[in-house]
Amino acid sequence: MLFIKCPYCGIRSQNEFAYGGDATVKRPELNKEISDKEWDDFVYNRKSPRGKHLEFWHHISGCRQWFKVHRDTATHEIFKTLKPHEEL
Amino acid sequence: MQKYSVFNLIKNAFSSHENWEVAWKDPTPKKSYDVIIIGGGGHGLATAYYLAKEHNITNVAIIEKGWIGGGNVGRNTTIIRSNFMHDANGRFNEFSMDLWRNMSQELNFNVMFSPRGIINLAHSDAQMNAYARRGNSMRLNGIDAVLLNREQVKKIIPMADFSEDVRFPIFGGLMQPSAGTARHDAVAWGYARQADSMGVDIIQNCEVIGFDVVGGKIKGVRTSKGDIKANKIGLCVAGSTSILAEKLNMTLPIETHLLQACVSEPIKPLLDHVVTFGAGHFYCSQSDKGEMVMGGDLDGYNSYAQRGNLPTLQHVLTEGIAMFPFLSKLKMLRTWGGIMDMSMDGSPIIDKTHIEGLYLNCGWCYGGFKSTPASGWTFAHTIAQDKVHKLNADYSLNRFSKGYLLDEKGLGTKTWIS
Repeated sequence: MLFIKCPYCGIRSQNEFAYGGDATVKRPELNKEISDKEWDDFVYNRKSPRGKHLEFWHHISGCRQWFKVHRDTATHEIFKTLKPHEEL
Repeated sequence: MQKYSVFNLIKNAFSSHENWEVAWKDPTPKKSYDVIIIGGGGHGLATAYYLAKEHNITNVAIIEKGWIGGGNVGRNTTIIRSNFMHDANGRFNEFSMDLWRNMSQELNFNVMFSPRGIINLAHSDAQMNAYARRGNSMRLNGIDAVLLNREQVKKIIPMADFSEDVRFPIFGGLMQPSAGTARHDAVAWGYARQADSMGVDIIQNCEVIGFDVVGGKIKGVRTSKGDIKANKIGLCVAGSTSILAEKLNMTLPIETHLLQACVSEPIKPLLDHVVTFGAGHFYCSQSDKGEMVMGGDLDGYNSYAQRGNLPTLQHVLTEGIAMFPFLSKLKMLRTWGGIMDMSMDGSPIIDKTHIEGLYLNCGWCYGGFKSTPASGWTFAHTIAQDKVHKLNADYSLNRFSKGYLLDEKGLGTKTWIS
């Protein structure tokens, strides 16, 4: 069981949350010419590291806010949680 | 190689079975090989076997970080099927079925292939329509499919919950009678033994640390047992694909996720088929030892842990009990996890790469076991001929950027939503 500290509600069990994927992926800027490669990287390609991973979670059965979690993908240890606009 | 037969069994009984040959050797790696396969799982072992058998390339090494059969080939729920809707997936997996049917004879190793049939249950009219469509697509590709109504399903699996006042009543199901199961360890061991006998070196406990790439061409690997040269290298490492890709400065349309499975205590023969719950993600069959073998959803977040958490298991077994209420009376014997190379459209990748001599076999998601023989066969062809076979032409790496996705389930890129 993961225990995740929602930045708005505090520590809750994994059951209240939904996963939202890699939080380091940035959508290419609007109104800018972008290559197929940039679009491919945004939509499909992922680093999928073994180790520290910054990812989105959604407190879907709680306050319904999105936030970031810094977590180890090998040990499941959670180092830090952040509000979506905050950087590590 | 010593043949496995009744005659040899009796002969060896006279020496208390102490003089059997080893099934495969434990060689020290040579300085160079014609082909190196990284990953001694089912797909890697099958690739080496077909390289030797179909293409006469025997100067081959398989490099495995752990021990052969210790990864997903020994962790899956052993289901073999080809009930796919898309042509490319149907053709590929039906070719795989053909190889399964003859595998025990071909490998001289009993893989206990049991074509007991799979039933996917439907729980609404809409789902019956979707299954009719899938069944028709399968039949157009020469794959057997039978649409069953509620009464027909009840005759086959009377132990399921056929009450009408439940949340997900059983409306019917889609059956592929020729689908089934096989003993997964035996597949790894059978391929390993035959590959070894044809000259393939199976090098276990040997971790790949890096690659030698010169002028866009692969030249060899650096391993924990020293540098080994080869002009052709095949990556076949399932959930560890992204780790090796990073060493090659490649970013792939793959995320590694965690999948759990479990078995109950053994009970008397009860379930003759593989059955899947249609309103969620749960599948179940009974092993020859009598255990109910069960699996379902991914844990749902990127993970390399090879062990899961309780909430997902609880969720999956809740679905199981909704389908087969008797499961609630059974004790759990074992649970375990494996790491899946989840591709962004749910279909695999078997292709060349931008590095000359480097070949990629990954993206099997949680369905690689059934494809083991076809994956090995087509990957061996791709490596030996340096070009893809028509069976794996659609499993290209650039299909994502080109827009030719093979999204069998229509889930899109959110691989953790299953």
